Amino acid sequence: MSDKLRESVTDAIPERTPGAAEAQWEKTTLKNTLDKSPERQKSFTTISGYPIRRLYTEADLADWNAERDLGFPGEPPYTRGIHSTMHRGRLWTMRQFAGFGTAEDTNQRFRYLLSQGQTGLSTAFDLPTLMGYDSDHALSEGEVGKCGVAISSLADMEVLFDQIPLANVTTSMTINSPAAVIWAMYLAVAEKQGADWKKLSGTLQNDILKEYIAQKEYIYPPEPSMRLVIDTFEFGVKHTPKFNPISISGYHIREAGSTAIQELAFTLRDGLEYVEWGLRRGMDVDEFVPQLSFFFNAHSDFFEEIAKYRAARRIWHKAMVQRYKAKSPRTWALRFHTQTAGCSLTAQQPYNNVVRTAIQALAAVLGGTQSLHTNSLDEAWALPTEFAATLALRTQQIIAHETGVTNTVDPLGGSYFVESLTNEVERGAWDYIERIDAMGGMVAAIERSYPQREIAEASYRYQMEVDRREKIIVGVNDYVSEERPLDILQIDETVAKRQAARLSRLRAERSQEAVTRSLNDLRSAAKGTANLMPFIYESVKSYATLGEICEALRDVFGTYEEVAIT
Amino acid sequence: MPGKKIRVLVAKPGLDGHDRGAKIIARALRDAGMEVIYTGLRQTPEMIASAAVQEDVDVIGLSILSGAHNTICPQLMKLLHDKGMDDVTVLVGGIIPGADIPALKQSGIAEVFLPGTSTQDIIAFINERHAKQHPAKA
Repeated sequence: MSDKLRESVTDAIPERTPGAAEAQWEKTTLKNTLDKSPERQKSFTTISGYPIRRLYTEADLADWNAERDLGFPGEPPYTRGIHSTMHRGRLWTMRQFAGFGTAEDTNQRFRYLLSQGQTGLSTAFDLPTLMGYDSDHALSEGEVGKCGVAISSLADMEVLFDQIPLANVTTSMTINSPAAVIWAMYLAVAEKQGADWKKLSGTLQNDILKEYIAQKEYIYPPEPSMRLVIDTFEFGVKHTPKFNPISISGYHIREAGSTAIQELAFTLRDGLEYVEWGLRRGMDVDEFVPQLSFFFNAHSDFFEEIAKYRAARRIWHKAMVQRYKAKSPRTWALRFHTQTAGCSLTAQQPYNNVVRTAIQALAAVLGGTQSLHTNSLDEAWALPTEFAATLALRTQQIIAHETGVTNTVDPLGGSYFVESLTNEVERGAWDYIERIDAMGGMVAAIERSYPQREIAEASYRYQMEVDRREKIIVGVNDYVSEERPLDILQIDETVAKRQAARLSRLRAERSQEAVTRSLNDLRSAAKGTANLMPFIYESVKSYATLGEICEALRDVFGTYEEVAIT
Repeated sequence: MPGKKIRVLVAKPGLDGHDRGAKIIARALRDAGMEVIYTGLRQTPEMIASAAVQEDVDVIGLSILSGAHNTICPQLMKLLHDKGMDDVTVLVGGIIPGADIPALKQSGIAEVFLPGTSTQDIIAFINERHAKQHPAKA
């Protein structure tokens, strides 16, 4: 099935009939050139392996209708963007993902980034936090504060956002399986600061489906995990109308090696899955879907990426109207964050990464992103230094203020190539979406490893192309040279010691009785069907740790083991 | 023993779930004629050492991207030594700062492969080292 699918999805460019003038050009000017000097390659493909024609003309847009397929910005089908003035009205949010060491270390980096003109916060958590373990758990050894900040309790969260007014800053938190717990901690800090929950703005990643598919930081099986996600939707609709309880993420799917079409298709199908579970919970589509946001990768194949974002908006609009009869334009409009492709960065000649990132960021901007993270040049070695993180932020500021690409809305709209590619990427994505529908939805597809297998195939195919030098990566398999090592950020083991000390102090000082009671309440609620957010919030406020709360849920829900595909 | 396949354990230690590299390596080594066992995610050094003994492997390939290599590698090397597995070749691939490499090699890691290494280079390394350790009988 996998081979057949690839044929239908990526290998077939639609038939076209060139007009008389184009046919004439082919017979004369083109033929003369090709007779004298053949092209550099027999065929040209995107970085995803999608075939690209020599020339796009009106013949490629024979069935295309500008009014229907392009429309106007801020109007369906949103191909040109979700706002009528796009980046003329407001620039995207420059949101650099940051987090390392202890809450104090990251608090300092946050305050530095805000002082440098960054307009939103984005929190990276360390692996123990992402997996629901406290910093002093045996499995946390060696991992504390390494990939992000270590947060084990509300006490850590209070330090993380110390002197940062949550009422005035938007915060994104990259956390999935324990998302409800971290969100409860954030809400508790906001409450302590006296901030009105109704005004809080930010995004929780909370996208468990892509964890099973790609990033693999899951704790519980799909069913109870989905329940937790829908609990946050319900809670959000009621208490935090400006907060996005989820960021449905293609980023990690792409990083795991998918093609652009797979990234788009699996992400949007994940989105539809969340919508369906929300509807099943009894919510109205126009009540909760406007709070769902998306997150895409910006890889190096410039036009393929731009086509992907444009197609994403068109597909989501179509799905909301046709499948769910949504009536609110806020439900129809797909909002997304973008991060440049970490997997495209090279350890070799790392300064080249600044250039890669700039080009990827430009694609995201031309594709109409709402917010953007640009990677730092040293990320194939370690977490970024302050110098590297600043340069990455400056890259966005240069695009925003010096290049002129923000002067007009969707400057590529109407390009034969961009419109054709948008159509083809959309068609390829629908093909996948319908296959997953036929399997019974995304949870069912994940259980039979379908998206996992498709991504593994694509990633292996790409690696073989690189190894055979059919795809060139500058500094890696061509243009290789010697270089001086970079200065990189070191996280030492004192972070783990400081965290362990803070945890033992916390456990000694808090009311153990309140902790036990709140965790027992959570456990019994988890056995029933109640929304778990209020119970998690109570546990957090009693200073039960992240590990204790996740353990209570493990007791009831069990854990998930994947079938490894190689 | 001509014809005996090289046995490789590809392991993903620590809490990290980024398994793109591990899976590519597992498949590339298998395509190159080796016998490959992939442990799956979240293996402790104890689990990896036991699997290495049980499967009687010639090579262990560790994929580490999370920065936990300085903790995991020495632990694993000690366990292997305790189990009498000193002759197994241990390789590390992933995000490893250059400054950490000498200490890793000191602890017995045979080679560290950084991002951008071709699968062919890794296959060649394993084959050459295996040939040296098991010279064909004349």
